[in-house]
Amino acid sequence: MSLKTPLGRVRGLGSAKDGTEHFWIQRVTAIALVPLVIWFIAKVIALTGADYMTARAAVADPLFAVPLLLLIGTGFYHLKLGMQVVIEDYVSNDALKIPALLLNTFFCAGVGILSAFAVLQISFGG
Amino acid sequence: MSQTQQNSGRPLSPHLSVYKPQISSTLSILHRATGVALAVGVLVLAWWLVAIAGGAEAYDQFMVCMSSIPGKLVLLGFTVALNYHLLNGIRHLYWDTGRGFEIDSLHRTGWMVVIGTALLTVVEWALAYGMV
Repeated sequence: MSLKTPLGRVRGLGSAKDGTEHFWIQRVTAIALVPLVIWFIAKVIALTGADYMTARAAVADPLFAVPLLLLIGTGFYHLKLGMQVVIEDYVSNDALKIPALLLNTFFCAGVGILSAFAVLQISFGG
Repeated sequence: MSQTQQNSGRPLSPHLSVYKPQISSTLSILHRATGVALAVGVLVLAWWLVAIAGGAEAYDQFMVCMSSIPGKLVLLGFTVALNYHLLNGIRHLYWDTGRGFEIDSLHRTGWMVVIGTALLTVVEWALAYGMV
């Protein structure tokens, strides 16, 4: 039996080596999102009130679909990281926190993939 | 709070309800609030794309909902939240370079974000609805 304290045992294990990963990816996605969001706002303004054929043709264009897929990928990843921090900060009860964190991951992955799939369907659906 | 804690003379924990709202804390909370709001906003984005993929009928249904008063209010909220989160996010990235933490700089960039959000929202909606 070890007489080490739990804290001493954890310290002995060393770090997980990924302590800054969450922080870093939050920043990397944030930097990517600045131009992507500005581009997207401009595109959406141009498509205000557009009829079906116009909207479909616009999204199907590779010059629209590719940045949009980048926006969806980085955006939903950024959203997942941000919501995770909010949940971790404000939900202290594990019985609520862990399901909330799982739900956040599933929501971001689910809605993100759904959006990306729709873009691909519009582009390749003919 | 117990009587002993109140009388101990020690500093109290920074509880939100006892603090006078300041621009620094208010804008910080708003960054989180708009981030959470955008979690709802992405549903509009997903719906738009799924509707286009789904066909003319689904798209028209989306357009009718978004042209209604409640739909427009959702879109306006989405626009404000996105503009604020974008501008304050740029402010955060500026802070990440280790600059802008002096109190006067903090207040100046804070007001720039607030005014920028209002201006950007007005310009975007004016452009979108052909008012300019």
